[in-house]
Amino acid sequence: MRFIIPERLSGRQVVLGFLIAAVAVLPFADFAISGHDPAATIARMALGFLAPDFGAIEQIGRALLLTVMFAVAGVAIGATVGGILAPFYDHAGVRGVCIFVRSIHELFWALVLMQVLGIGAPTGVLAIALPYAGIFAKVFAEYLDEADQRPVRALPARTDALSRFFYARLPLVLPQIRTYVLYRLECGLRSSAVLGFIGLPTLGYQLDSFFRVGNYGAASAILIVYVALIASIRIWMRPVLVPVWIVAAFATLAFVPSPPMGPGALWRFLTVDIVPAPLRAGGNGAEFFGWLWDILSTQALPGIVATIICAQIALVLTGMIAMLGFGFLVPRVTGRAGRFTGHMGLVILRSIPEYMLAYLFLQGFGPSMLPAVLALGLHNGAIIAHLMGRQAEQLLPRLRPDAPGGITLLAYEMIPRLFGQFVALCLYRWEIILRETAVMGLLGVATLGFFVDAAVSELRIDRVVVLLIMGALLIALVDAFSRGLRRRLGARRLQWSATEGEGISTYSAAI
Amino acid sequence: MNRAVLEHETLGYGAAPVLNDVSFAFAPGERIAILGSSGAGKSTLLTAIDQKLVASGERVGLLPQDLALVPQLSVVKNVLMGRLDDHGTLYNLTNLLRTRQADRARIMDILGDVGLTSHADCAVETLSGGQKQRTALARALLRGGDIFVGDEPFSAIDETQAAMLLKLVGTRFPTVVLVLHDVALSLSFATRILGLRHGRIEINAAPDAVTPEQINALYHT
Repeated sequence: MRFIIPERLSGRQVVLGFLIAAVAVLPFADFAISGHDPAATIARMALGFLAPDFGAIEQIGRALLLTVMFAVAGVAIGATVGGILAPFYDHAGVRGVCIFVRSIHELFWALVLMQVLGIGAPTGVLAIALPYAGIFAKVFAEYLDEADQRPVRALPARTDALSRFFYARLPLVLPQIRTYVLYRLECGLRSSAVLGFIGLPTLGYQLDSFFRVGNYGAASAILIVYVALIASIRIWMRPVLVPVWIVAAFATLAFVPSPPMGPGALWRFLTVDIVPAPLRAGGNGAEFFGWLWDILSTQALPGIVATIICAQIALVLTGMIAMLGFGFLVPRVTGRAGRFTGHMGLVILRSIPEYMLAYLFLQGFGPSMLPAVLALGLHNGAIIAHLMGRQAEQLLPRLRPDAPGGITLLAYEMIPRLFGQFVALCLYRWEIILRETAVMGLLGVATLGFFVDAAVSELRIDRVVVLLIMGALLIALVDAFSRGLRRRLGARRLQWSATEGEGISTYSAAI
Repeated sequence: MNRAVLEHETLGYGAAPVLNDVSFAFAPGERIAILGSSGAGKSTLLTAIDQKLVASGERVGLLPQDLALVPQLSVVKNVLMGRLDDHGTLYNLTNLLRTRQADRARIMDILGDVGLTSHADCAVETLSGGQKQRTALARALLRGGDIFVGDEPFSAIDETQAAMLLKLVGTRFPTVVLVLHDVALSLSFATRILGLRHGRIEINAAPDAVTPEQINALYHT
């Protein structure tokens, strides 16, 4: 790639490249509307959403409680394991395990874990904890590397390793870690809600049940409470309450019924289920390669191609929505009412996970790439718009006093200053969009997850393993490519000039 | 009896040497002040002396120029760090959670000496520059040892206070090696002056054997 792409790139060149890529794949995208009378469905949904019905308070409360508990337990385990691994992240083995666990989406983890543990609390908690542990280890290790190394060097030479760590390394990064874990808990609430769509007793499950009976008012109510819950996270998740929440989470989850799995489930999974079928039947190498080629050519490849097509279009839509959206948040561009509306809209789109948005759109449009692209673009665009809006607010006092207002301010002062950050944020989001696109196959869009879902329902776990490995490779490839582009942009680190905590949460939100 | 620390060594960062052919030895009980203009290599020499002493198993009370405090921790806990190598892991970690009464009493004594009693439980990041230097000094005092090595330890503290703290250092450590920005204070405190210029040690004599012209010349290259 080094031979094709020049050493320096401007933000404009990168954006142009992605635009061309999206236009080029557009003819191959499946945007057919296949829902039964979509207009009527959407009208019914809209009416329902305008009239939230809190009557089903018991189900709503239970689903939300379990959503929070799964998130707290998963993030707590993930952060603990990640924290233990972080000091050893330089070790190739540790790094490899971390990259592997975080390259597989929570929903895919849940599908695999179900084969061993059944649909119960351990599956849900581990599905969050495993990938999160990998992410935490990586981010904490970065914090430790970037922290001031002088205090640890000034310690008496023969100080033991643990005392060194707890006195002169950990205190320096603890404030950053705290901010990041809180941000991750917000992500955990989204992951946990989405796990409901594959059968865990969280928000997604309840939402699906309401939709099945056409109870849109109750669906609206549960979404409203959910958005409020995420928006108020800083109020209910206080540092002093952390132990209380963790104890409550494990205590509550202990009462979630788990199906009885035979004692040999794990053993069978490891020795039979994931062993490629031809080898299980005692076949030879040629049969194995035939089997592998069949999966790669008829499932992995079409799945990956569809995933890329969908993700590239979604990325461009993300950028467009971010550019349109952030203007709403800037004083002197919009009035108070405009800013309020903008913030509300972005909070809603940011809080509802893309998978859930796709589910909602799919009710109207039917399973094509359209709901997936819309959901990905809206959710990720809202996140970038929010980050840029905050950045713009901080820029404002530093502008010359006679700077213009309105769209002119946006075009002349804001966009030129924030364009580099915008491109960097989009590149960070690219990998996330791809992961989410792959998993949307579980909803019926023909991306990689579609083939994973089919293999799971046929109980062909050996196929699932091959497909997940291919998905992980795709993500790793795009991650490397994105990092290369960011380096060529001279934007390897996001340089937010905000106060420390803010800066970190913005940076974290981007990764 | 003189102890040789550096013998004909070239010191510096990476490829570019700051000091050439440097030798340094001391007799226990000496108070040595290093003088020189900025960039002359004072810190380089001091760092090399500290590293050599530590490597040979000497107990050094160190006060580095950048202080190297942990801003988020309290003054008491930062001071505690001076003696982490005297205890096992379990002792240190439990002390971090809750400092033992005996250790705390000892630290409070030292904080009284340096005038920080009322700030004992403040996070270091909330202190002024001078208070931070006192914290780092307290850490070196708690550590104790045969020799004190300090790099501009009182640059943010006023003259009278600095003279007092310097006297305190003199009573707690038999041998003292330091860099001071205050020439007069150096001359009154030290038993030997090391003057650095042009990448080498130009003056190595007792204060009364050094003329004001010689000192002046150090700062005019």
